[in-house]
Amino acid sequence: MNPLSHLIIAPILLPLLTAAIMLMLGEKHRPLKARINLLSTLTGLGIAIALLVGSQHQASPAAIGVYLPSNWPVPFGIALVVDRLSALMLVLTGIVAVCALLFAMARWDRAGASFHALFQIQLMGLYGAFLTADLFNLFVFFEVLLAASYGLMLHGSGRARVSAGLHYIAINLLASSLFLIGAALIYGVTGTLNMADLALKVPLVPEADRGLLHAGAGILAIAFLAKAGMWPLNFWLVPAYSSASAPVAALFAIMTKVGIYTVLRIWTLLFSGQAGASAYFAGDWLVYGGMTTIVCAALAIIAAQRLERMASLSILVSAGILLSAVGFAQPNLTAGALFYLVSSTLALSALFLLAELIERSRSAIEQPLEEDVEPLPRPVEPQPLRRGTNLDDEQKAVVGQVIPWTMAFLGLSFIACALLIIGMPPLSGFIGKLSLLNALLNPLGLGASAEVPVSTAAWCLLGLLVFSGLASLIAFSRVGIQRFWSPEERPSPVLRRYEYAPIVILLGLSIALTFKAEPLMRYTQAAADTLNHPQQYVMAVLATRAVPSPEAKAAGATLEVQP
Amino acid sequence: MEEVIAIAIGVLAASGVWLILRPRTFQVVMGLCLLSYGVNLFIFSMGSLFIGKEPIVKDGVTQDLLHYTDPLPQALVLTAIVISFAMTALFLVVLLASRGLTGTDHVDGREPKE
Repeated sequence: MNPLSHLIIAPILLPLLTAAIMLMLGEKHRPLKARINLLSTLTGLGIAIALLVGSQHQASPAAIGVYLPSNWPVPFGIALVVDRLSALMLVLTGIVAVCALLFAMARWDRAGASFHALFQIQLMGLYGAFLTADLFNLFVFFEVLLAASYGLMLHGSGRARVSAGLHYIAINLLASSLFLIGAALIYGVTGTLNMADLALKVPLVPEADRGLLHAGAGILAIAFLAKAGMWPLNFWLVPAYSSASAPVAALFAIMTKVGIYTVLRIWTLLFSGQAGASAYFAGDWLVYGGMTTIVCAALAIIAAQRLERMASLSILVSAGILLSAVGFAQPNLTAGALFYLVSSTLALSALFLLAELIERSRSAIEQPLEEDVEPLPRPVEPQPLRRGTNLDDEQKAVVGQVIPWTMAFLGLSFIACALLIIGMPPLSGFIGKLSLLNALLNPLGLGASAEVPVSTAAWCLLGLLVFSGLASLIAFSRVGIQRFWSPEERPSPVLRRYEYAPIVILLGLSIALTFKAEPLMRYTQAAADTLNHPQQYVMAVLATRAVPSPEAKAAGATLEVQP
Repeated sequence: MEEVIAIAIGVLAASGVWLILRPRTFQVVMGLCLLSYGVNLFIFSMGSLFIGKEPIVKDGVTQDLLHYTDPLPQALVLTAIVISFAMTALFLVVLLASRGLTGTDHVDGREPKE
C-alpha cells in the first residue's frame, strides 16, 4: 500500500473532523470558524486534486485506487474506490464548495446557526457518495448529505424556505425509503452489496429471480432519479433550489449530479454489456425520461420570471441531457456528457451566485414575485455624489452617467453565464454540446461510422439539444434585457470582495476550460472507456487484499526463514 | 410466518402511503413513520426468516447459513432505524417551524380556498 491509497479516505475524514471541531467551538467565534472552514475546504480540494493526479500515475491502466477501511477482505467489508470518474467529481465538488463558501463568508453565514458545521457535513456526504463502492454505504452517505442539506436549505429561515423545505424533506425521506427497499431486494437476490461483486453476480442470477432483481434495480433507480431530477420526479426541485440562499443553491448545483453519478456508476456496473440477460436493462427509460425532462424544463424556462427559477430550471435541462446521453451507453457520448457536466456545473453554480447579486439591485419598491421575507436587508446604497459635481435642475449630476463597475461586472458575468448554459460559442458550453452532437451523429467516432445509421432516439436528442439551447437563449436574453437595459434608474448594488471573487473563479475556470478543452476531453474519454469496461473496475476491487496483521507478517517471515 | 410478515409490511406500507398523501403535516409525519417501519421489516425479512437461530457464531455449531440467520440485514436494519428516527425528529422540527411561520398545518403553508 502506498501513501496515496491512504489518501482515499481523507476527503471523508477531513470534513467530519472539521465539523466536530466547529460544533465544539459553539455558536461564538464565527470569523474563526469561517477561517477553519475555508482552510479545510481548500485542503479537501487539494486532496481531491492529488487523488486525480495520483490515480493517473498508477500502475494499472484503468487508474483505479482501492482502499479498505478497517481492513476487511473485499466482498465482505466496506471498500472505497477512486477511479477517473470519482476523481473528477471530487475535484468538481471541491471547486464548487470553495466558491460557495467564499460567497457565504461575505454575509450569508450570519443568517442562521451552525452554517459552517452543516457545510462541512454536506461536503462529507458528497465526497463519501462519490467514493463508496458499496450499495449500503451509498445509502448512508446519501443520508448524511441529505441531513446536512435539510439544514442548509432552511438556512436563513423565512416562510418561502420553510415551506419549500417541507416538501423537499418529505420527498427525500420517501426516496430514502425506496432506496432501502431497492437495496434490500438486490441483497435478497444476489446476497451481496459490494458493487464490484454485484457486477459479477448479476449475470448468474437464475431466470426465476431476474424479475425480482429488475424490480429492485427499478425501485433503486426511482430514488436516484428523484435526486437527479428526472421528470416526473422533479417537481420539488425548482421551488427548493430557487428559495435556498444563494451560496447553498450554488452548492446544491452539484447535488443533482450526485444522482446522475450514481445512475452512471451502478448502471454501467450492474447492467453493462456483460450482464447476460440483464444487459442494458431499462436504458430506454433513461433515454426517453431524460428527453421528457428536457422538454418540460425547456418549456418552463421560457415562462420563468425570476433568475433563481431560471437557474433551477437550467439544472433540470442539463440533468435531462445528461441522463439521456448516459442511457445510450455509448462511450464517446458518455465522454461528451461528462465534459458537459463539468462545464454546466461550474456555470450553474456561478449563475446562482450571480442571481442573488442581480436581484439585489432591484429597488426595494418592487415587490418580489413571491412573498418571501428576506432575513437580511438587501445592502443597496445609492452612489454618493462626489463633492464639486455640477448639478442640473433636478439636482442630478450633469456629467454623462458613468456605468458603475459593479453593473458592468454583473452584466458581463451574466452574459458569460448565459453563453455557457445556452451552449453558444465561444465558451466551453459550446464545446460540451458540440461533442454531444458529434457523438450522436458519429456513434463510432469521426469518420468511422459512415455505414452505421443514426437511430431515431439519437435524432430526437439532437433536436432537443438544439431546442433547449434556443429556449434558454430566449429566456436569458429577455431577463438580461429586463435587468440590465431597462431605462429606469436603479442604485447599483454594493459588492464585497468575497462576493465577486467566487464568480470570477467559476467563470475563469469555465473560460480556461475553453482553451484547455483537449486535456479534459481526453480525460473524460478515458473515464468513459473505463465505465464501458466494468471488468477493470471489478478486477481492481476484488483483487485488493487486506493488509496482513503484524502477527501474520511475523509468521510469514519465520516461515520464509525456516527452509 | 412469511404470510404474517408480508401482511404486516403491506398494511404498514399501505397506511403509510395513504397518510403521506394527506394534506396535514402531522399526517405526513405519521405516514413517513409507518412507511419506515414497513421498510425496516422488509429489509429484515430479506435475510430469510428463521426462529431460534442466532446471527453470531457460537462454539460447537457448524458455521454455515443453515445453522445461523444472516447477520447482515440485522445490521442494515439497525442503521436504517437510527437514520429514519433522526430524520423523523428533524422533520418534526421543520413542521413546527412551518406551523409557526404560516399559522396553518397544511403542507402547502396555506389553507385551500373553499
